[in-house]
Amino acid sequence: MTKRGKSVLFVSMLLTLTIALGGCAGDKEAKGSSEIAQSQTAAAGTESSDMEQESAAQKAEDVADSHITIGIPQDLDSLVPSLSQGAGTQEILFNIYEGLLKPDSEGNLVPAVASDYTMSEDGLTYTFTLRDGIKFHNGNPVTAADVKYSIEICAGLNGGEPVISAFSNVESVETPDEQTIIITLKESSSSFLAILATVEAAIVPADADDLQTNPVGTGPYKFVSRSLQENVILQRFDEYWGEPAHIQDITIKVLADSDSIVMNLEGGAVDMVARVSTTQAAELGDDFEVLEGTMNLVQAVYLNNSVAPFDNELVRQALCYATNKQEILDFVSDGKGTPVGSSIFPAFGKYYIEELNDTYPTDIEKAKELLAQAGYADGFSFTMKVPSNYHQHVDTAQVVAEQFKQIGVTANIELIEWEAWLSDVYQGRDFEATLVGVDASTLTAGAMLSRFCSDAHNNFINYNNADYDTAYANALAAEAASDDDKATEYYKECETILAETAANVYIQDMCELVAVRKGYAGYTFYPLYIQDFSKLYIEE
Amino acid sequence: MKCLGKTMFGRQKKIPLNFKIGAAITGIMTLLILMSFVYTPYDITKMDSASKLAAPSFQHLMGCDNFGRDIFSRVLKGMENTFVIAFLTVVIGTAGGVMIGAFTGYFGGWLDEVLMRIIDVVFAFPSILLALVFVSIFGTGRYNVVAALGVAFVPSFARIVRGEFIKYREMDYVKSARLAGVGTLRIIFVHILPNTLTVLTSSIMIGFNNAVLAEAGMSYLGIGVQPPDASLGSMLSESQTYLFSAPWYAVFPGLMIILLVLGFSLLADGLKDPAAG
Repeated sequence: MTKRGKSVLFVSMLLTLTIALGGCAGDKEAKGSSEIAQSQTAAAGTESSDMEQESAAQKAEDVADSHITIGIPQDLDSLVPSLSQGAGTQEILFNIYEGLLKPDSEGNLVPAVASDYTMSEDGLTYTFTLRDGIKFHNGNPVTAADVKYSIEICAGLNGGEPVISAFSNVESVETPDEQTIIITLKESSSSFLAILATVEAAIVPADADDLQTNPVGTGPYKFVSRSLQENVILQRFDEYWGEPAHIQDITIKVLADSDSIVMNLEGGAVDMVARVSTTQAAELGDDFEVLEGTMNLVQAVYLNNSVAPFDNELVRQALCYATNKQEILDFVSDGKGTPVGSSIFPAFGKYYIEELNDTYPTDIEKAKELLAQAGYADGFSFTMKVPSNYHQHVDTAQVVAEQFKQIGVTANIELIEWEAWLSDVYQGRDFEATLVGVDASTLTAGAMLSRFCSDAHNNFINYNNADYDTAYANALAAEAASDDDKATEYYKECETILAETAANVYIQDMCELVAVRKGYAGYTFYPLYIQDFSKLYIEE
Repeated sequence: MKCLGKTMFGRQKKIPLNFKIGAAITGIMTLLILMSFVYTPYDITKMDSASKLAAPSFQHLMGCDNFGRDIFSRVLKGMENTFVIAFLTVVIGTAGGVMIGAFTGYFGGWLDEVLMRIIDVVFAFPSILLALVFVSIFGTGRYNVVAALGVAFVPSFARIVRGEFIKYREMDYVKSARLAGVGTLRIIFVHILPNTLTVLTSSIMIGFNNAVLAEAGMSYLGIGVQPPDASLGSMLSESQTYLFSAPWYAVFPGLMIILLVLGFSLLADGLKDPAAG
């Protein structure tokens, strides 16, 4: 044997050995399994606010150089609030920007940039009082002109399209004096305040030159720097009007490779990741605490209703009958999660109809029958695009594909980058099916349901149903007439139509597991897709 | 093959040990791969919640993954996918490389200059980077990966073949063939090409190894074979999460990559090394 041959053999054996031994060592560590701490979900969260106060008191003297690194699954798509699209982007921007109002951890709207507001009798005129002494991150005071500017951008009043469609309802924004902003609507709307509280409607300085590279808001954290596809660095804003954040420096690290999350946590590269999977959570050692809440989104196989064969209701229903939600939960999240049957998740309370979940009990025979009726007795195949950075969606997609196989339908999974998903699937609508979660930016029914109106700009599944459009219009009309019961009825009708026409193959509101390194505490669940970093603190 | 063996090992009777070991490993792997085309113990996408992350046992020789799918079956299928992709890659790379290398080497002149400068440019990029660019333009999926890697592999073959042709084109037997009026194509492919086989064979084997690793790398990054289909690379990627609780999930695909590459390396090593070991 030549020297070279020997060395090749030697090195290879060494490698094999290293891997095998490494595996053994790891096995031992896993025995000290991590516990899954039960924290209150946002819905049942009166207790949590007491806890927060306690923690705030205990944490009066905040460590000067406190720091946390937080992993997120994708880079931010924009740093300009009104241009942001992904829920994963907005939940981070929540810490930098604030609207006139903002949601608290129970989903209530609390004043933020405005300290107070009144609504006229007819619901058309809202008068906001600017919070006294509130400052932007650049040190400038927030003026009524800044608010006017921000709202007008959202409403497209400076020329151009409304950036947020719900803001097209804004007639005018006036500032009679330095502290007062009057917003007049074309029609009254009970959801207007909730929309004002979204990150998209955040108040930004009128003279900001480029928010994309230098974001300036009023939130508890200010922007320091950003490295594309790598990280975003934030620092506590010491002149914040409200209760200041506890931790001084935050590094938000982009972990686009979902398989590396456990490695990053265990290796110490990140301290906290929201939305880890149950299996990932089980891998984590004693150094971590895993908190459990709900993710507040609707995970589904979203079907492009305008392409064959999904333009056929029978086909869509067949897929629903073929899906076994409980089995999906068992495989993907050890049974955790809440099955849903329409585009509303449980945190919505009065709008949520639990019974819709039983619209399509798993029934393979029925599914095959429907397929045969639709002319696809031999099944068909389609491509299901799944963003590769979302571990849970990729796992779910594999289980769903396996279930569809039982009725002869082949779902070819295509993993795509999140940026490609946003541009091709969400905006370009160039897809057959996609498995993702759709969340709500407010707890108003419109946040989930408006996108299914046939002419909605964000109707990415091309849903087109005249009954639905009518019901939704009726709901809006009832809202305008301040008849909340009636509006709720119509919204429920919308939900039911979505379920009965099988607009999508609805699966679940996923359980949210947050892995936090021991030593950090204060993570707070919101009933919305929000990460509030200001409540995090370091335990003594 | 007999005649090939003779030229490769020359007069030497003894076959080098590393060639034997390489042949044995490659032989076993090839048998397993061939088997996977017709038979795997379990359906590779069949999920079973009862055996999630089950440890290796007689039922599941290599244990089960997070969906309770049999890892042995998936490794077999993964090897098949890896092998097919690497094989097609090498076929494209060799075919393209031989064509370009033969003509540029034989004719020289401006054709040589132009093509080789282009080859130099392509060669300057790491093959996996080229493949990534290709895939981001044309989309993911195994055939795109084959095309991408194949193109990326052309330059290395082209250079080797060109070098050989430059060496042989001035040889007496080529000159006399030319004088005897033999056609150019015939000289290139019948008279010269067989003489480059020794060098070409070992570079094909090395190329194959690189293709196996490149495929594994691309599937690891999620742009090669798409789930739920299996590839050694994608299995490694998926298993990362379970490295501590189910080490077998990562170990076996990793081991198979090592064996595939090791077998071919030893074979190539034995082939190109006529001196007794």
